[in-house]
Amino acid sequence: MRLEDYETDGFYDEMFDEQGSPRSRADAMAKRLAALSDGELVRRQKAADLTLLNMGITFAVYGHAAGTEKVWPFDIVPRIVDGSEFSMIERGLKQRIAALNLFIDDVYNDQRIIKDGVVPAELLFSAPCYLEQCRGLKPPGGVWCHVVGTDLVRDGDGQFYVLEDNLRCPSGVSYVIENREVMKRTFPQIFGGLRIQPVEDYPERLLETLQHVAPSNGHSPTVVVLTPGIYNSAYFEHSFLAQQMGVELVEGSDLVVSDGYVCMRTTKGLQRVDVIYRRIDDTFLDPKTFRPDSALGVPGLMEVYRKGRVTLANAPGTGIADDKAIYAYVPKLIQYYLSEEPILKNVPTRICWDSDDLKYVLHHLSELVVKPTNESGGYGILIGPRATADELRQYADLIRANPRNYIAQPVLDLSRVPTIVDDHLEGRHVDLRPYILYGQKIFVLPGGLTRVALRKGSLIVNSSQGGGSKDTWVLAEATNQWQYQQ
Amino acid sequence: MLSRVADSVFWLSRYIERAENVARFLDVNMHLTLDLGDSIDQQWEPLVATTGDHKQFTERYGQPSRDSVWRFLTFDHENPNSIVSCLYSARESARTIRGSLPSELWEELNKFYLFVRGAAVEDALEHSNAFLSEVKRYSQLLVGITESLMSQNEAWHFARMGRNLERADKTSRILDVKYFILLPSSAEVGTPLDVIQWSALLKSASALEMYRRVQGRIAPDQVVGFLMLDRDFPRSVRFCLNRAEESLRAITGSAEGMFQIRAEMLLGRLRAEFEFTQAADIIQSGLHEFIDRFQRSLNEVDSAIFDNFFATQPVITGGEQLSPVTTE
Repeated sequence: MRLEDYETDGFYDEMFDEQGSPRSRADAMAKRLAALSDGELVRRQKAADLTLLNMGITFAVYGHAAGTEKVWPFDIVPRIVDGSEFSMIERGLKQRIAALNLFIDDVYNDQRIIKDGVVPAELLFSAPCYLEQCRGLKPPGGVWCHVVGTDLVRDGDGQFYVLEDNLRCPSGVSYVIENREVMKRTFPQIFGGLRIQPVEDYPERLLETLQHVAPSNGHSPTVVVLTPGIYNSAYFEHSFLAQQMGVELVEGSDLVVSDGYVCMRTTKGLQRVDVIYRRIDDTFLDPKTFRPDSALGVPGLMEVYRKGRVTLANAPGTGIADDKAIYAYVPKLIQYYLSEEPILKNVPTRICWDSDDLKYVLHHLSELVVKPTNESGGYGILIGPRATADELRQYADLIRANPRNYIAQPVLDLSRVPTIVDDHLEGRHVDLRPYILYGQKIFVLPGGLTRVALRKGSLIVNSSQGGGSKDTWVLAEATNQWQYQQ
Repeated sequence: MLSRVADSVFWLSRYIERAENVARFLDVNMHLTLDLGDSIDQQWEPLVATTGDHKQFTERYGQPSRDSVWRFLTFDHENPNSIVSCLYSARESARTIRGSLPSELWEELNKFYLFVRGAAVEDALEHSNAFLSEVKRYSQLLVGITESLMSQNEAWHFARMGRNLERADKTSRILDVKYFILLPSSAEVGTPLDVIQWSALLKSASALEMYRRVQGRIAPDQVVGFLMLDRDFPRSVRFCLNRAEESLRAITGSAEGMFQIRAEMLLGRLRAEFEFTQAADIIQSGLHEFIDRFQRSLNEVDSAIFDNFFATQPVITGGEQLSPVTTE
């Protein structure tokens, strides 16, 4: 197929440089794509779509009829990351997660960070995800955030930036594994000879992490995955991870607190549970401690947790580090807790809670991206340059009404990756979400979820809003200079 | 295993078996009506009667015709026992316990559902044999996957128990079709037409060839005996009850001839009845009446299984008792 007509349009392209030549990491891939006969790529894409449909790899979309399943949109042209570049990302993420974990522990215990005046108390305690009920908790091994997905983007300058941290229930890792599986099933030729770092061992690593943080009680720990049920948008992932780890997938009603322990109801009576990888939000965990109207949780769970008789992953309360106003402080947190300089950069961020920043933001609204501090999934975001005058006015009112709830960042030129549009390739914007596990040590899965905004020009990559995904290939470091042989 | 998972596995395999048997019902009736010539539509009423949804059918479709019965039993989403509804339910059950199933099982079930959902009503009716064969083929494939890829653990036994109970029920209903199918006149008993009808019954349970090896010629009481009481044929009622009981005991750990829970007692009693019965007894007591009684007993077994294993409430806290499995 012809690649000569492909336009980078002045954006950083993950496959081609400014002159339109393949970057060295993507050289072999570009040659292989060029060697495909006309229509072959589209045929492979259709085969991949059918495979996804047959495998039932779907996600539920809220706001549609309950249980509406959509097939996961997947583009078969992979995104390639250089091995040495990823090892920088890996070091940066390990550093960041280590600092954030210390921060969460500090927030719910000594609060040195406030006493030392690094983070303002008012900003911290006004975060909706700060949970007073978690004060004094001491999770096993001091680990709070066992599973993290951090969103990175590459800006026009070619550098990676951290866009946001997800320390509550980050989802998407199952798609990383299934994307690779679908690629292998439908487009095996494209792998030939490349040394791509594997992602398939993630369930093994996750199980190892979860078992490691179990309360020590002398027997081999029982791990479960706790799901809100089949109507949750990430239900596929919950069942996938349980299946791949070989553990039970439970709903709140399968669990009960009995004699001071958490147990699951089985056909042979109650069986004790040691570790709960929970995929429901903090405040739904235990109606006795948090929201009394929660039907998804387990009454009395937090009491057992407080006594150290069950481990929750992630620990409740970690959401404080997800708050986008706290995000702005992460470089300072790294310096404060680790006495190191941040390896990965933050996107420059203005916190509307700060009156100077607020003034600036309201004045420059049409140039900025404004986000609610406590939302995820790409909801409630204003992209200033694309908003109408009316929308800007309305959004300004929202900010004035509750400045604490907003932050603002410059508009980034997200990098692009060639993506199939009809019968040819066009550049589409992408981000990258690597997954990090924190058990005995911190582990970063080589790769991650590349989400792609399938609509032309769009910057919103969330699957709930027209986003798709791509397989992400991190090349093994030693083979960066391989030659295309054929 | 989790009670909820046990419940879903049990129903998952029942629904798949049910879909296959609906296909078998339709298949036998297609054959029978073809042999009967012009009184076609009349002969579709028995099918509605035997599948047990007569009232619902009449309310929605009125007089049974080939078209309406087909629609009702294959693609009608409002009929919970139609093929498409069975598969929808099977798939939903599988979705809630996807973590406990082999990926291949889920994937093939998903394809099965997509195949039926995507089939056009008119096409399926036009090429009924191809459509029904495909339904049966998928069902057999799923049983094969269960047999060759699942550990023979508790989940497997729940699946096997569900499948065999469902199959026992449906085989008895296939026989019941003959009760409703009318011969043109009583003088035709034993005529070629009668023989053809009995053969069609055997065929719909894929039993004709196996029957021939054992019994040779077609005789009504032998056919009844074969489908109800044969020791070795895997779709005979007795065989299915045997396997279901075997799995039930594997789940509870009871020794042969013993029971700990009500479900075991009822199923064991029913199985014993079939082991110590002759075809002549069944014919004498009236085939239809016998089948009726059998189905009532089977319903009792079902509700005991529900109470003993799946009911979510009766969990007793603490202690070492085998709860929620209560002992009688």
